[in-house]
Amino acid sequence: MVDAADSVLPCICGTGELIAVGSDIRKLSLLLLFLPFSLWILLLIILPHVGMVVLSLREKVAPRVYEFGFGNYIDFFMEPIYWNTLIRTGLMSLLVTFLALLIGFPVAYYIAKLAGNRTKGMLFMLCLIPLWVSDLIRAFGWILLLRESGIISSFLMSSGLIDTPIEFLYTDATVIMGLVYTVMLFMIVPLVSTLDGMDNAMIEAGYNLGGNGFTVLRRIIIPYAMPGIVSGCIVVFMMTAGSYLTPILMGGKNSSWFTEQIYDQFISRYNWESGAAFGFLLLAFTSVVVWLGLKLSGQTLSSTVAKS
Amino acid sequence: MKSVLSAITASVALSLASGAQAETLRLLTWGSYAPDNVIEMFEEKYPDIDVEVTYSNNEEMIAKLRATGGAGFDLAQPSHDRIYAAQLEFDIYKPLDLSQIDTSNMTPKLLDGVKENATIDGEVYAVPHQWGTTGLMVNTAEAPDVKSWGDLCDPAYQGKTSMRLKRTILLATAYSLGEDPFAAYSDLDKYQGILDDVTEKLIECKDNIKAYWQGGDDLSAMMLSGEIVASESWDSTAYKLFGENPDIKFVPPATGALAWIDTFVLPRKGKADDAAYKWINFVLQPEIVELMSASTGAIASINGAADLLPADKKAAVNAAFSDADIDNLKFFANIPPGVEDMEGKALEKIKAATGG
Repeated sequence: MVDAADSVLPCICGTGELIAVGSDIRKLSLLLLFLPFSLWILLLIILPHVGMVVLSLREKVAPRVYEFGFGNYIDFFMEPIYWNTLIRTGLMSLLVTFLALLIGFPVAYYIAKLAGNRTKGMLFMLCLIPLWVSDLIRAFGWILLLRESGIISSFLMSSGLIDTPIEFLYTDATVIMGLVYTVMLFMIVPLVSTLDGMDNAMIEAGYNLGGNGFTVLRRIIIPYAMPGIVSGCIVVFMMTAGSYLTPILMGGKNSSWFTEQIYDQFISRYNWESGAAFGFLLLAFTSVVVWLGLKLSGQTLSSTVAKS
Repeated sequence: MKSVLSAITASVALSLASGAQAETLRLLTWGSYAPDNVIEMFEEKYPDIDVEVTYSNNEEMIAKLRATGGAGFDLAQPSHDRIYAAQLEFDIYKPLDLSQIDTSNMTPKLLDGVKENATIDGEVYAVPHQWGTTGLMVNTAEAPDVKSWGDLCDPAYQGKTSMRLKRTILLATAYSLGEDPFAAYSDLDKYQGILDDVTEKLIECKDNIKAYWQGGDDLSAMMLSGEIVASESWDSTAYKLFGENPDIKFVPPATGALAWIDTFVLPRKGKADDAAYKWINFVLQPEIVELMSASTGAIASINGAADLLPADKKAAVNAAFSDADIDNLKFFANIPPGVEDMEGKALEKIKAATGG
């Protein structure tokens, strides 16, 4: 905005000044365009996080007396329950991500490449519809199906396959199933949009050059879909590790999910300081996992997420 | 454009004007503690007061008030053991002006009990509203022998019992092990010893539990469907189910049911103290208590309140409590600073243990 001074002397206008005024307007409109975005980032993302960092570095020494220190982080590493839960959450989230990819890829491939134009839209719709219902309602839907006195158990009883009712809820397998169901769409959408851009001629060329189905998949389709795969996996992993309702409602007495620890610290134990520390540890942990995943698969954020 | 603008200005001016007239009472309370019919009657009597209700529980009430330093609400209803420490730590309540509250008809034992628990530097921070107990809910047709807290861990009922994984069950189990946890609050080392035993016992017991319940609704569903036959429970939840299946009874455990009193407190930055006092006095009138108890299933802290329960709840109470049981009630003691953390750790250990 150096030229601002010039532009207040208008109208004895040489062409050079006109251009200067024009670039000012462009700069101003750019600034105005960016303002809401930067305010949003600053006020809703950066400031609260700074507040949380400060909070997580406060140690309570007595009622209403706090000291600066790393005690909350040290507590986390000293107590096996906490880091075990974090690792467990991480591993189960990875499994969910993998399963979602395994199931989502063929679906996305069918929608993008095999389905006709009209079916394509309809299939995409069918994937979207479950998202219109809130997480909570969907979890309760599963509970109705799976509980001991629920629909599946009573159906099996009445058909004579089992004698006593079976409890399907409250196991890790149920939690993983529920989570895969919840996040599936976020895997399918980026995959479809990447695969959609792929020229069918590339697949034909692969077959023409003597590749079998598996080789074409491995050498042509998957490398092409990599941006979609990576961004889908990142979104799904982050969502799973940060989910709260599904593990709590479907996991029952043995569900140890790290978000539940954070909730307990904040709400049940009034311990905001260690809750904030736990929140940052979860953020750091998931970021490291994503970074590791990118390194191991030889991808970068700019070559995948930015592209898909 | 101009007409739109003037319309907006007019509506803003209107809403400002109506805001200036009507006072809003923002109530932070438990589910069913502000039934619609009571709110309607209150607003009829005081047409210039609007009542806004937010439903919550003890932990969330304190977390909400702490987040704002006690702003955002004008009247809150935490239990009597959640006042002293919360006030010391977070300074979220303001002292009551007892001259504004009609205490003449309050049950003296409850009023004095709450005052004793909620007095800091000579200032009283809370008065009682309703009380109730936590004990056992038993399907007497399926599990006639459940009489004490320990019976929830009886292998005879493998996979058919439940409890809520909160501090109540820690205290209950401590009593069933023959300890007096509230007495040990003054000696935290001793209390840690008790907690360790309790933790061990409850981890052993985990195999026997079907699931930990979270609120009255999932507990009711498990009990009515027959998936569980006995559970830790609030008495009011058990009374509600008694109406649907008379085999489901509330059983005060052998070591005594644990009693809580929900109170009235003023948040530190509340803006409608007068309206709050009006609400307190209003809901403690006998004719309102009758409506309130029908909704909550809890007993108001005024003289003769048990007679004001609706007939079905009265039958349930009489089926549950003898006079000896009433004498055996254990009232929750104030939570001293630090105990919340110790109990939280114990609960985490139980939750994380890999049982059945």
